[in-house]
Amino acid sequence: MSDLQPMIEVRNLVAGYGSKIILHGANLSILRGETMVILGGSGSGKSTLLRHMVGLERPISGEILIQGVDITHCSRAQLNEVRKSMGLSFQGSALFNSMTIADNVALALREHTKLAESTIKVMTRIKLEQVGLAHAEDYLPAQLSGGMKKRAAVARALAMDPEILLFDEPSAGLDPIIAAGIDDLILSLKRAFKMTIVVVTHELESAFVIADRIAVVDQGRIVAVGTAEEIRSSALPRVRQFLDRIPDPVTGDQEAFLGRLMEE
Amino acid sequence: MTLVRIGRSSIRTIEYLGGLTIQLGRGLRAAARLSPFWGSRLRWRSTMRQMAIVGVEALPVVCLIAGFVGLIMALQGAYELKKFGALRYVVSLVGVSMTRELGPLMTAIIIIGRSGSSFAAEIGTMTVTDEVDALRVMALEPVEFLLAPRLVAMMVMMPCLTIAADTAGILGGAVFTYASLGMGLRTYLATAVEVLFMRDIITGLIKSLAFGMIIVQVGCFEGFTVRGGPEGVGRATTRAVVQSIFLVIVADLFFTAFFYLFWS
Repeated sequence: MSDLQPMIEVRNLVAGYGSKIILHGANLSILRGETMVILGGSGSGKSTLLRHMVGLERPISGEILIQGVDITHCSRAQLNEVRKSMGLSFQGSALFNSMTIADNVALALREHTKLAESTIKVMTRIKLEQVGLAHAEDYLPAQLSGGMKKRAAVARALAMDPEILLFDEPSAGLDPIIAAGIDDLILSLKRAFKMTIVVVTHELESAFVIADRIAVVDQGRIVAVGTAEEIRSSALPRVRQFLDRIPDPVTGDQEAFLGRLMEE
Repeated sequence: MTLVRIGRSSIRTIEYLGGLTIQLGRGLRAAARLSPFWGSRLRWRSTMRQMAIVGVEALPVVCLIAGFVGLIMALQGAYELKKFGALRYVVSLVGVSMTRELGPLMTAIIIIGRSGSSFAAEIGTMTVTDEVDALRVMALEPVEFLLAPRLVAMMVMMPCLTIAADTAGILGGAVFTYASLGMGLRTYLATAVEVLFMRDIITGLIKSLAFGMIIVQVGCFEGFTVRGGPEGVGRATTRAVVQSIFLVIVADLFFTAFFYLFWS
C-alpha cells in the first residue's frame, strides 16, 4: 500500500445525538505512521469524532474510510475485521473489572487467535512490559492507581498489534508527572512501532510534545489542521483563543437570557 | 395533548418490544454457535459459571419457597374441598396446580429477583464504565460475549429448577395430607403420579423455558440501554424486575390459554 493513501479519512462527517448536531461536516485525513492530535475544548465534538472513527456511533451523513474501507456503510463483520487492526484506550480506561490485568490484555488474543495459552501468556507479558506494568499482571483493575489503569488500557489496546492506536484524553485526571509519563509512553510507542496514532485531548502541552500534526476542533468544525509549528503560529482567532487560554466573552443578550428563563 | 402522549407511549412500547425481539434473534443465533466442542472455550466456561450462579445456587431457595407454596395450596384447597368431604382431591389439586402453573411461575419470580436484576446491574455497570464499548472496539459482540452465555445458562437451568420446584411443591402438599388425613408419603406419591398427566409437566416446562428467555432478554436489554451513571443502573435494575414480571405474566396467560384450547 502506498504511503500516500491516508490511513483514516473522514469525509463530510455530520454527526449528532437525536436532533442535536455535534459535528457539522468534518473532513480529516490521517496519514500512515503519523501521530495526529485532535485538539479541542469540552463539548467541541472531538470525542464524538473519535467514537465515529471506531464505529461506535453511526453518523447522520458522511463517511469514514479506514485503510480504504468505509466503516459507516459496511457490514458488522467487515467492521469487526477493521476493528481488529485498531486499538483504543478509553478515557476512563474501561478495563473489565471482573478480570485481572493480564486477562484484560489476553482477552482479544484468546478470542481472535488460536494461539496456545503459553504463547498468549508470553505476549501478554511483553505488552505489559512495554507499558511498565509487568509486576501488576495479577491485580484487578480496582487495585490500580489512575495512571496504572491508563497504562493497562494501553497494553490492552496494543494486544492485537494494531496498525492504528487511538487515545481518548490519555492524561485526563492524572497529575502532571504521571501525565508526562503517558506522553513519554506514546512517544516511545511511536518510535518503536511506527504506528498511526490518534490522540484526542484538550491538553496543549502534551499535544505539542507528541503531535506530528494537530487538528483543532471547535464547535463541531475542524478549524485548523497543521504541524505543531503551524498551529502554534496560527492567526485564526478561535485557535489563538484556545492556545492563549482566553475565556469566551460573557454574552449580554438580555432577550435570549429572558427567553431561557421563561422556557417551559 | 392526550393523543400525543398516547402516540408517544405506543411508539416507545413498540420500540421496546422491537428492541427485545431483535436482541432475542441475535442472542439465539449467538447461542447456537456456543458449544463445548467448537467455538470459543472462553465462552463455554463463562456459560458454565452462569449455570452455577443462576441455577445451582438458586436451588435451595426455589425448593424452599415452592415447598411452602405447595403446603399453602393444600391448606387453601382443603378449606373448600372439606365442605364436600373431598379432602382426598387435595393431592390432585396440588399436583396439577404446581406442575402446570405455580412451579414455573414461582421459579420465574424468584429468578427475576435473583438473576434478572443482577443481569441488568452487571451489564448496566459495564455500559456506564464503557466496558461494553471496549468489547465492541475489540471486535467482540456484546450480545455474543455477555448475553449468549446467560441465555444458554437460563434455557438449561429454568426447566431444571422448575422440575425441582414441582417436586418440592408436591412434597409440601404431602405435609398437609399426612397431618390431616394420615396419608403416608407412599400413598400420596402414588396418587399424585396417578392424577398427573405427562402433558401437565411438559406444558409447565415449556412455560419455564419461555420465562427464562424473557428474563434474560429483559435483564440484558435494560443493562445495554442504561443512560446516566449509577442512578441509571439503579433505574434499569428496577425496570428489569418490573418489566420481566409483567411480561412473564402476559406470556403465562398466553401459554395457559393456548394449552387450554389446543392441548387438554
